[in-house]
Amino acid sequence: MADTPLLLREKQYHQIKAVLARLRMDSAARVVFLVDKDGQEIAAQGEIGNLDTTSLASLAAGNVAATGGMAQLIGEKEFPTLSHEGERESIHISVIGRLLLIVVFDERSSLGLVKLRSRQVSHQLSMMVDEISKAEFDDEEPFGEITDEDIDSLFQ
Amino acid sequence: MTFINYASREINCKIVYYGPGLCGKTTNLQHIFESTAPQARGKLISLATETDRTLFFDFMPLELGTVRGFKTRFHLYTVPGQVFYDASRKLILKGVDGVVFVADSQEERMDANVESLYNLEENLQAQGYDLMKLPYVLQLNKRDLPNIIPVEELAAELRRKEEPVVEAVASTGAGVFDTLKAVAKQVLTELRKG
Repeated sequence: MADTPLLLREKQYHQIKAVLARLRMDSAARVVFLVDKDGQEIAAQGEIGNLDTTSLASLAAGNVAATGGMAQLIGEKEFPTLSHEGERESIHISVIGRLLLIVVFDERSSLGLVKLRSRQVSHQLSMMVDEISKAEFDDEEPFGEITDEDIDSLFQ
Repeated sequence: MTFINYASREINCKIVYYGPGLCGKTTNLQHIFESTAPQARGKLISLATETDRTLFFDFMPLELGTVRGFKTRFHLYTVPGQVFYDASRKLILKGVDGVVFVADSQEERMDANVESLYNLEENLQAQGYDLMKLPYVLQLNKRDLPNIIPVEELAAELRRKEEPVVEAVASTGAGVFDTLKAVAKQVLTELRKG
């Protein structure tokens, strides 16, 4: 048995995007995105351009999983934030329940500002995510009607 | 865990390739990468040692097409096969939707196959999954080598349920897409159940 699917409705998606857009502005960041702990990108805002957000999401999740494993070895539950500072570009990751809030920033911002602004939106995002986690399939879901032909057509 | 985004009309699923060291998990992904149109796949990320042994994982996103108006994206991962990387293997199984077990058909690797399969069941259990209920495919790889165990014998030893068994030579690509198709089909069929 796999986990129950995570369902993100259009309204929730736009609400999340709005929170990310504000965070991006308030923290003077380049890109802000929200990722599931399993590495699935949920929403992104900012100067994405050629940035490979899918790979970044997967690697950020791997990073948090690995440091979480280290935390447990030394008797901590997890490390709630991670920062990587480069010469020009830096990344800050906050763990919010089952989600990761990732902020990519450069010299226009600072780690202190990004930390502060990320913390300020954490609670709001956490409540949104709780709501998403409770969502269940309803009768109108298109997937109940997937046929074997639909699936076979993907491989032709 | 399958992630369905109604705003971008996307279904995202996670498939993990598991198996003993040097069985061909990364080779499976490399073949898929090389044979897929660039617009249908992302980068192949390999976190490997200097000698090309997988250290943490390989990752590749693959878009298969549209089902009922939703783009289907599969996130393909491999685990490091070497016994001492068990902590990494556990982490990569988090949120898995389907598993491919890549077995090495060579006689001398039989014990390694059995040990790795046992390790898979144990690590899935630690994450709250049951192999018997998870979309799952058994791939018998390296069928082109001289010193291999007959298919029936391998299947009798390694098969856990009614899972599809696919013969493969990942280095030439034989059986690689059949394996992917078999597991993807089961994952999408699970969605139907809601």
